[in-house]
Amino acid sequence: MTMAPEGPLAHQQIALVDVLDRLLAGGVVITGDLTLRIADVDLVRIDLRALISSVNANVPSPWEEP
Amino acid sequence: MTDALRYAYAVVRDTGAPEAALDALTALEGVTGVADEPVYAVRHLGLAVLAGAVPAEDYDEGPLRKRLEDMAWLERMARAHQRVVDTAGAEVCVIPVRLATVCLGDEGLRRMLATGRERFTSALDRLEGRVEWGVKAYATQPAAEEPPAGAANAADAPGTPSAPNSPGAMSGRDYLRRRKAQRQAAERRWGDTEEGARLVHDTLSGLAEQSRLHPPQDPRLSGISERNVLNAAYLVRREHSADFAERVGGLAGRTPALRVELTGPWAPYSFTAMDETSDAEGAGGAGGAGGAEGKTEDAGADG
Repeated sequence: MTMAPEGPLAHQQIALVDVLDRLLAGGVVITGDLTLRIADVDLVRIDLRALISSVNANVPSPWEEP
Repeated sequence: MTDALRYAYAVVRDTGAPEAALDALTALEGVTGVADEPVYAVRHLGLAVLAGAVPAEDYDEGPLRKRLEDMAWLERMARAHQRVVDTAGAEVCVIPVRLATVCLGDEGLRRMLATGRERFTSALDRLEGRVEWGVKAYATQPAAEEPPAGAANAADAPGTPSAPNSPGAMSGRDYLRRRKAQRQAAERRWGDTEEGARLVHDTLSGLAEQSRLHPPQDPRLSGISERNVLNAAYLVRREHSADFAERVGGLAGRTPALRVELTGPWAPYSFTAMDETSDAEGAGGAGGAGGAEGKTEDAGADG
């Protein structure tokens, strides 16, 4: 078992994927003419593409089939 | 200047205090935002939005889309956004806004508060005093290959001094029986993984006011090769956090097929939307931990 250290998140190195789980799937989404409509669904698509291509390019995963 | 771009982080209650004394801003002293800008507050209708002025060359719609393709840039933005939200959230109730919500000037921020007023107000009422805890469970690697029969025997040796100590001395039938037992143990371990994850989720859902399942994390994104079988968020009263963490530890100890990870406390990112699904889910959770089957909740976790 692994437990996060005590204390607020600020003192831990948080996994980026945990942050993105929350920032992309959580939070209030405001739609309408006032925002630039960036914060909607298409952001998720863009981000995941960026994430996956970046991971593939820079960090070859040892457990992936070549 | 008025139409300069503003990046919104979160919405808090306007306590009516002078700007400098707003608790959220006091907490954010020395904490900068996504563009290294100072964070300030725009107040309207009893609400205040924490925001910062960001440069159009990065945050106008076109440039922002391009920037988001840059992993390092995305990571800096996401971490800065999270830092602002969680730092303020440690002091006051915050309602996080979705990543990369950009408004036109302070007027745009006020329109945002007006448009979302009911949602923000009801979310603040519902989430006051609550924090989010993240719990992930991973299947511990099943024994890849059983140890040679001789080695297993050696380990058993103290209890069974008369047992043959080398594979050569074991009958074919004994050998096959042993292998079958080992294979069954490995299968049970996989079975325990799924059951264990459900037990963890059902138990924690019963303790939490609300729960939400995020999709299991892709090993390519998390960098963790173990299979992620549970990726959940739980809404807990701040003062119950220590108890909750203790229960997570207890559950982790009871399910050896799982490695359990606890993160938090987070601001209540996963619980800002109060849709019908999460409403029903909350009611079910209060009634008893048995009901909700993990996979079905996933469908509602999209909003």
